[in-house]
Amino acid sequence: MSIDVHLTIDGQPVTVPAGTTLLQAAAEAGQAIPTICYHEHCTANALCRLCVVEVEGARVLAPACVAQVSDGMQVRTRGERVDRSRRTILEMLASAVDLSEAPEIQRQLEAYEAQPGRFPEAERREPALIDDNPMFVRDYGQCVLCWRCVQVCADDAQYTFAINFEGRGYATQIGTFFDRPLPETTCVFCGQCVGVCPTGALKPKREWLLEQGQTPDEIMALTRSERRRKQRK
Amino acid sequence: MSSLDLAALDPILAEHGPRGRTALLPALHAAQRLYGHLPEPVAAAIGKALGVPLAEVSGVIDFYAMFYREPVGRRIVRVCTDPACALAGADAVLAAACARAGAPAGQTAPGGDWTVEAAPCLGLCEHAPAALVDDQAMGRLSPADVDALLAAAGPALPAMVGGDLRVLTANCGRGRPATLAEYEANGGYAGLRRALAAGPEAVISEVKAAGLVGRGGAAFPTGIKLEGARKAAGQPKYVVCNADESEPGTFKDRVLLEDDPHSMLEGLIIAAYAIGARQAYVYIRGEYPRAFGIVQAAVAEACAAGYLGANLLGSGFDLEVELRLGAGAYICGEETALFESIEGKRGFPRVKPPFPTAHGLFGQPTAINNVETLCNLPLIVTRGATAYRQMGTERSPGPKLFCVSGDVARPGLYEAAFGLTLRHLLYDLAGGLRPGRRLQAVLFGGAAGAFATERDIEVKLTLEDLREAGLPLGSGVVMALDDRRDLRDVLRRLGHFFAHESCGKCYPCQIGTQRQAEILERVAAGRAQRGDAERLRDVGWTMTDASLCGLGQTAASAVLSAMKLWPGLFAEQPAGPGA
Ligand SMILES: Cc1cc2nc3c(=O)[nH]c(=O)nc-3n(C[C@H](O)[C@H](O)[C@H](O)COP(=O)(O)O)c2cc1C
Ligand code: SF4
Ligand code: FES
Repeated sequence: MSIDVHLTIDGQPVTVPAGTTLLQAAAEAGQAIPTICYHEHCTANALCRLCVVEVEGARVLAPACVAQVSDGMQVRTRGERVDRSRRTILEMLASAVDLSEAPEIQRQLEAYEAQPGRFPEAERREPALIDDNPMFVRDYGQCVLCWRCVQVCADDAQYTFAINFEGRGYATQIGTFFDRPLPETTCVFCGQCVGVCPTGALKPKREWLLEQGQTPDEIMALTRSERRRKQRK
Repeated sequence: MSSLDLAALDPILAEHGPRGRTALLPALHAAQRLYGHLPEPVAAAIGKALGVPLAEVSGVIDFYAMFYREPVGRRIVRVCTDPACALAGADAVLAAACARAGAPAGQTAPGGDWTVEAAPCLGLCEHAPAALVDDQAMGRLSPADVDALLAAAGPALPAMVGGDLRVLTANCGRGRPATLAEYEANGGYAGLRRALAAGPEAVISEVKAAGLVGRGGAAFPTGIKLEGARKAAGQPKYVVCNADESEPGTFKDRVLLEDDPHSMLEGLIIAAYAIGARQAYVYIRGEYPRAFGIVQAAVAEACAAGYLGANLLGSGFDLEVELRLGAGAYICGEETALFESIEGKRGFPRVKPPFPTAHGLFGQPTAINNVETLCNLPLIVTRGATAYRQMGTERSPGPKLFCVSGDVARPGLYEAAFGLTLRHLLYDLAGGLRPGRRLQAVLFGGAAGAFATERDIEVKLTLEDLREAGLPLGSGVVMALDDRRDLRDVLRRLGHFFAHESCGKCYPCQIGTQRQAEILERVAAGRAQRGDAERLRDVGWTMTDASLCGLGQTAASAVLSAMKLWPGLFAEQPAGPGA
């Protein structure tokens, strides 16, 4: 039996079962809250903070993807504080990584009138693309550190634990044990990481080769020889 | 590294392997002591023995600044370059050390004996400029001493302790740890005996009546925390002493642990008894190896004397204490990041709620308290709440430690009842500014704090008065800056500190601390661009409002306070030479 909770979202009364997140409750009230890191099938870590909303009486903004409703709560999904945070987060993200293949984030940049060039002289994260296996390439210059790939590789799905974090803070990057090529790790090439990546950071090899201007025949030949090389090992 | 002797690792694997992932940091520390760094085969062997996926082993190694994947010098020389040491000339010391070691900071000359690093605050601020050479703390350095520095040959650094009161610091300032006998002779462990006689509920109500609030920075009522952990469903329960003290300018917990380790231990035992925990942890920052050794010895003494272990003091209550050494990560002072670290993981803070009292270490009910907070417990139980409340004010009862550093005649640790004025602390206790100098600003509460000026000099140091004045007490940092100081340089260092220490989990802080540091770097170099003030404000408020944990939420606190006090500092500057 679920207990009903009454709250208001942008002034509008909403009744939802206890345990509902503000993100779900807002959706019921017809309010779409933007998200980046949140994914239905992954543990929610509330780390991109694009979904923050203002809760009356709270010192800081609340991440709607994990914050739960409570009785009498007054939630504002837009406003000066919320918009400044969302806009600045988007501008900072654009100053850090290549978002050209992240259409959803591009749309948010426009919606919040964020200036991608807001931060002059900003150090960008531009590591070299890693092409170390026949299945997909890793271009961490496009990685937004949403953690989804690490999570599906670990306890969210595959229990393979092939990838984790390197560095910390701004220098954080996804990587393997001592930068080993993926085929030398526990990776089973299930492809789930590629499936949950919200940007172009993880990309099927074929798609990438086509972008590089290779013909389907050339790609066939290449992957065949790569497979042979692997068998010989 | 072809001649790596992996057999030497066996005893370490045998000792730590069976304990699983929680033993990861201890095992990495032990292996690094053996090999100087953590080469891939060693990391792999540890991962296998402890059952930790290899990618997560390297993830952990990378998170902590004191673990090294690559070979380093035989000696590691960490020179603090944060504000208190910088004011005392740390940059020149660092430059001299690098020149002598033959490599820039953070690098090692081929076959070099030394790796010299620019380190975040080492908690030796009263001995500024300070350094840590392997396990040896060095202070009052000058570029001329660089040979002694690199040889780790320096005099002992007795803590400078003073104040109106000597209650928490009654046994401090001897230049060596108080022995168990000395501690007992001054009434030590009487509080524990009283607590065991009175029962857990009585202890908790006494702590609540005393009005003790946490001294780690958040000022949360300790009695309510203990009660919450006691009432929470589930066993086992844990108590944790937070001795990660890494807030720049803070050194009080180091002095308490090094000079009077039994005081914290007695408080820890009382807290464990109050909530019904049979296992306690003390998490000590990696840069405090001396404190670690002293607490380790004190735990052994306390066990031998029957204050710890099974059926302690015949009470029927059992308690084990385990020590943990951090490895260079300010964020591990944040309580949930600290739990992750004890669990053998990267120090990523968790989303709250759930709160530690219900869901803490290993997912179990946990009471985590600061060293100074715990040291108050024996006092409260022995004297009783009413007598305890004779000290301090109605809303800020008790004694408080202040870490005074920077431009004062006598930097040191000062104890006083809450309610003294800033003037009394700076001028009467710490000896005022040096001759001919005027006070320009006071950094209050540490890097995560705010600036005060001469105008605030009569402010009473209580939680309520400081809140009113918009000054965070934080961990008790009071850093004086005189009129010749360049505040932009201080801010640049704070910016660098947060960028270095952000865990990287949430976007506002992961990117915001970096952008903030870049802009502050420009401002300090006289190259502020049009719009930089606005950028700093947007980044600052976004970190404050939207970050996941207290680090990001306070990473712009000092900057935003400086922008209010001295807006001119951040104005567009004509581009400097060469631009
Ligand atoms: C980034 C960060 C660092 C912290 N560092 C420390 C620390 O070194 N020592 C400490 O006692 N508390 C520290 N805290 C506060 C702890 O999270 C926690 O509030 C405290 O240990 C609770 O103990 P108390 O109630 O006795 O103060 C830190 C908090 C944050 C956000
Ligand atoms: S605020 Fe900073 S330290 Fe805290 S979780 Fe976010 S990135 Fe990590
Ligand atoms: S979607 Fe909520 S923090 Fe990313």
